Amino acid sequence: MSTAAESPTSEPSFYERKGIASWLLTTDHKRIGILYLGSMMTFFLVGMTFGVFMRLEQLTMGPTIMKPTTYNALFTLHGVMMIFLFVIPGLSAVFGNFFLPIMIGAKDVAFPRLNLLSWYLFMSGAAVSLSSLFTGSGPPDTGWSFYVPYSLRTRTNVTMAVFGVFLIGFSSIITGLNFITTMHRLRTKGMNWMRMPLFPWALYATAWVQVLATPILGITLLLVMLERLFHLGIFDPSIGGDPILYQHLFWTYSHPAVYIMILPAMGAISEIIPTFAHRTIFGYKAIVLSSMGIAAIGSLVWAHHMFTSGMSEVAIVVFSLLTFLVAIPSAIKVFNWVATLYKGSVELRSPMLFALAFIFLFSIGGLTGLFQGALAINVHIHDTYFIVGHFHYVMFGGTGFAFFAALHYWYPKMFGRMYSERTAIVAFVLIFIGFNLLYFTFLVLGLQGMPRRYYDHLPRFHTGHIWATIGSWIMVAGLLLMVINLVRGLFRKTTIPANPWGGVTLEWTVSSPPPTENFDVLPVISEPAYTFNPVTKEPA
Amino acid sequence: MFGGASSFSGKVDAVFLYIAALTIAFLVFITFVMIYLVIRYRRGKGGKAQDIHGHLLLELVWTGIPLVLFLTMFYYGWTNYRYLREVPRDAMVVQVTARQWAWSFTYPNGRQTSELYVALGRPVRLDLKSLDVLHGFYVPAFRVKADVVPGKNNYTWFQAEQLGDFDIECTVMCGVNHSYMLSKVHVIAEQDFSAWYFGDSDVPVLSQAGPAGAPDPARGERIFKLKGCVACHSTDGSKLVGPTWKGLFGSQVTVLTDGKEVTLTADDDYIARSIHHPPKEVVKGFAPQMPKADLSDRDVADLVAYIKFLP
Ligand code: HEC
Ligand code: HEM
Ligand SMILES: [Cu+2]
Ligand SMILES: [Cu+2]
Repeated sequence: MSTAAESPTSEPSFYERKGIASWLLTTDHKRIGILYLGSMMTFFLVGMTFGVFMRLEQLTMGPTIMKPTTYNALFTLHGVMMIFLFVIPGLSAVFGNFFLPIMIGAKDVAFPRLNLLSWYLFMSGAAVSLSSLFTGSGPPDTGWSFYVPYSLRTRTNVTMAVFGVFLIGFSSIITGLNFITTMHRLRTKGMNWMRMPLFPWALYATAWVQVLATPILGITLLLVMLERLFHLGIFDPSIGGDPILYQHLFWTYSHPAVYIMILPAMGAISEIIPTFAHRTIFGYKAIVLSSMGIAAIGSLVWAHHMFTSGMSEVAIVVFSLLTFLVAIPSAIKVFNWVATLYKGSVELRSPMLFALAFIFLFSIGGLTGLFQGALAINVHIHDTYFIVGHFHYVMFGGTGFAFFAALHYWYPKMFGRMYSERTAIVAFVLIFIGFNLLYFTFLVLGLQGMPRRYYDHLPRFHTGHIWATIGSWIMVAGLLLMVINLVRGLFRKTTIPANPWGGVTLEWTVSSPPPTENFDVLPVISEPAYTFNPVTKEPA
Repeated sequence: MFGGASSFSGKVDAVFLYIAALTIAFLVFITFVMIYLVIRYRRGKGGKAQDIHGHLLLELVWTGIPLVLFLTMFYYGWTNYRYLREVPRDAMVVQVTARQWAWSFTYPNGRQTSELYVALGRPVRLDLKSLDVLHGFYVPAFRVKADVVPGKNNYTWFQAEQLGDFDIECTVMCGVNHSYMLSKVHVIAEQDFSAWYFGDSDVPVLSQAGPAGAPDPARGERIFKLKGCVACHSTDGSKLVGPTWKGLFGSQVTVLTDGKEVTLTADDDYIARSIHHPPKEVVKGFAPQMPKADLSDRDVADLVAYIKFLP
C-alpha cells in the first residue's frame, strides 16, 4: 500500500541502545510498548494464580485451602488486576503504543514524554493497589466494584486499592489523549481517515471513551476515599448518603470500560483476519462505523448492571432497550469478519487460530449478554455465576484471546525472533478446551442459582464446581506453555524477514525489529488499506 | 433448572428458552459458516484470493435481521418482567430484615422466624430492609431476586406453586460470611399454614409432607418436648442447666475438646455431633451434664431442623 520504504532499512533496530536507563527514561513508543508488555504479562500471571487458588478452594465443600477472608481478598485482587492492569490498558497500551505510530506512518506518538509518564502512572497505580496486600489491615474484600456501603465499613485496606486505581485511571486518560492527537496530527501524507487501518480506528474510538469516561471513575473513587476518611455522607445511607448513586457513577465508567477493553481487541482481529486470508477486509466502512457506534451507544447502557437495585421502572425499560441496541454493532463486526474468509486464501497459523477462537468465544460472550439484557431473565441470573461466565467469555475469550492473537501476530515484528509454531498450537488447543470447560460450567452453575463471590457452595452445586476446577487446570497448563514458548522464542537465534505473514499494513514494510525512527523516509499512501490483490487496471 | 416452583418461574423460563433457541441457532450457524469457509478457501486449494470490499445489501440485511430479533427479545423479556412488579392486592406482606449474615422474617401478626414459611398458592409480598450493608434476596427456584438496600425500601413478591423447601441465598457481597447468609423458604399447604399462623406451636405441623426425607422441624419440636431436652434447654434465650437454643444455629460457640478450647460455628454437623456424643465437645461455662439420648439419625435431623428454625 505504500510507495516509499518498500525495502527495510539498514538502520540499527530500536533495541540497539543498552542499559537499564535507556529503558526507564525512553520516550520511544516501541520501547514503552515493550515495557507495558512486560509489566502486563506479569500482572496477568499473578492474577491467573489468584484465579487458580479460587478454583482450588471450590474443589470441595467447606474450607479447602483457605479462610473466607482470603478468598474474598483473592477475588477482589483478581478482579482489580485483571480489569485495571490487564484488559483495560491491554491492547492499546502494548500494541497501540508499539504499532499505532508505525501503522499511520509516524515516527512516534504526538507526546512521547507524556507517554512515558503514563507508564509511570500505571506502574505506581499498580504498586499502590498491590501494596494494599501488605499495609493497613489486610487486602480489600469488596469485589472489584467496591460497592458502598460495605466498602466504607470494611476494615480492610480499601483506601489504598482505590487510590491505586485512581492513578491507573490517569494513565489511561493520558494515553487516550495522546492517541487522539497522534491520529489527528501525525498521519502520513495520503493516509486520510478512510485509508487508516482498522486497529488505529479502533484505538481512536477507544481513546475517546478513555478520555470522556475515566474521569468519572476517578472522581467516584476519590469520593469513596474521602467518605472513608471523613464520613462526608455522600454514599453512606446511615449519614444521609445514597448507595445507589455510587452504583450509577461506578457503572457510568465501568460499562464504557468494557468497550475500552473490547474495541482494540476487535481492531487487532480486523488486522489479523485479512492478513491470513490474504485478501482485503470485508466491509471496512461498516467496521469503522460500528466501532464508533459501540463507543457512542456503549456510553448509554450502564444501568443494566442495576436492574434489581430498585431503580425506577422507566429507567429499567429504557436501559434494557438500549442494551439490546448496543449488541447490533458487535454482531455486524462478527458477520464482516466471517465474510472476510470468503474467496480468501486462508492460512491457519497460530495467530489466526486465536483470532478465529476469538470470534467463537466472543460470540458466546455477546449472546449470553442478550440473556442478561432481557429483564425477566436478568432477575434470575444477576449476581450469579452466569454473569461470571459471561464476562470471562467477553473479557478473556474476547480481549484475552485477541491479546494473545496479537502477541503471536506481531511477535516477529516486535522482537525480530520467532516462537515455535507447533508449541503455540498445542498451547492454544489446551487453553481453548480448558477455557470452555471452566467457563461454560460457570454459565450452567449460574442458571442453577449459584451466587457469585461465594467462598463456599451448597451440595447441589458440587458437581459443577469440580468440572470447572478441572477446566482451570487444563487452561492454566496451556497458558503456561504459551508463555514459556514465547519467552523461549526470544532466545532462538533466527532472523525474521520484514514481512513473515504477507501483511500489507505499514508495520510490515519496516524491518523486524523496527529501527528507532521507524521510517527513513515517511511513506506516502496512495491506496485504501488492505489492498492485497490489486486489480490490474486496463491502460486508459 | 425448569421447575415451575413459583408463578414467575414459568415466565422467566419461557423467555429463556426463546432467547436460547435463537442464540444457539445463531452460534451454530456462524461457527459452521466460519469452519466451512476456512476449509473451502484454504491456502493452496481454494484458488486465487480476491479483494471483495463489501456489499451494501448484505450489510443492511445483517443489521436489520438482528435488530428485529433483538427487539422481540427485549419486548418478551419486558412484558414477562412486568408481572414481577405488579403485586396482587391480597398478597400477605412479610417484612424481610437482612443483616450481616442472617435473614429474619416478620409476619403481619408479629410472628418472627429465621426461615420463611408460606402457604402454597398464596401470593406473598416481601418488603426488604437492611440493617447494615447491601444484601441480595434470592430464591433461585422461584426466579426471584431483589437487592436489599439500606435506607431504601425495595420489594418483591412471589406465589409458590410447589410444596417443599427452597434455598434463599444472599447475592450481594456483604462481608466475611457472605456465602453463609443462607436460609430456606418452606412452602406448606394452606391449612397447615393457617393452623401454624394462628396457633401457638413454634413450628408448623405438616399434614402433607414435602419432598421425601426433608427434615421436619415440627417433628423436631415434638421430640424436644418428648425426650426431655426441654428440661435443660430453653428456646427463649434463658439459661437453664444447658445453653439456650435460641440463636444457637450459625452462632460462634467455644467448646472444650480433649482439654483444648476451640471456637467453631454451630452448623448442622456440630449440632448433630453434640447430640450424638455429648461429652466429646462441652460448651464452655457448662458442666458436662448432658445425657446421651436414644435417638435415630432421622430424629437428630429433625431436631437440627427445629433448632435452625428458632430465631
Ligand atoms: C440434664 C440436662 C440436659 C438434658 C436433658 C439435655 N441436655 Fe443438651 N446440654 C446440656 C448441657 C449442660 C450442655 C452444655 C455442655 C455440653 O456441651 O455438653 C448441653 C449441650 C447441648 C448442645 C450443644 C449446645 C451448644 O450451645 O453448643 C446440644 C445441641 C444439646 N445439648 C442438645 C440436646 C438434646 C437434643 C437433648 C434432648 C434429647 C438434650 N440436649 C438434653 C444439658 C442437657
Ligand atoms: C483475561 C483474563 C481474566 C479476566 C479479565 C478476569 C476477570 C475477572 C473478574 C472481573 C472477576 C470478578 C471479580 C469480582 O467479582 O470482584 C473474576 C472472577 C473470577 N475469575 Fe477471572 N479473569 C480472568 C482470568 C481468570 C483465570 C485464568 C481464572 C482461573 C484459572 C479465573 C477465575 C475466576 C474465578 C474463580 C472468579 C471468582 C468468581 C466468584 O467467586 O464470583 N479468571 N475474574
Ligand atoms: Cu455493562
Ligand atoms: Cu448478605
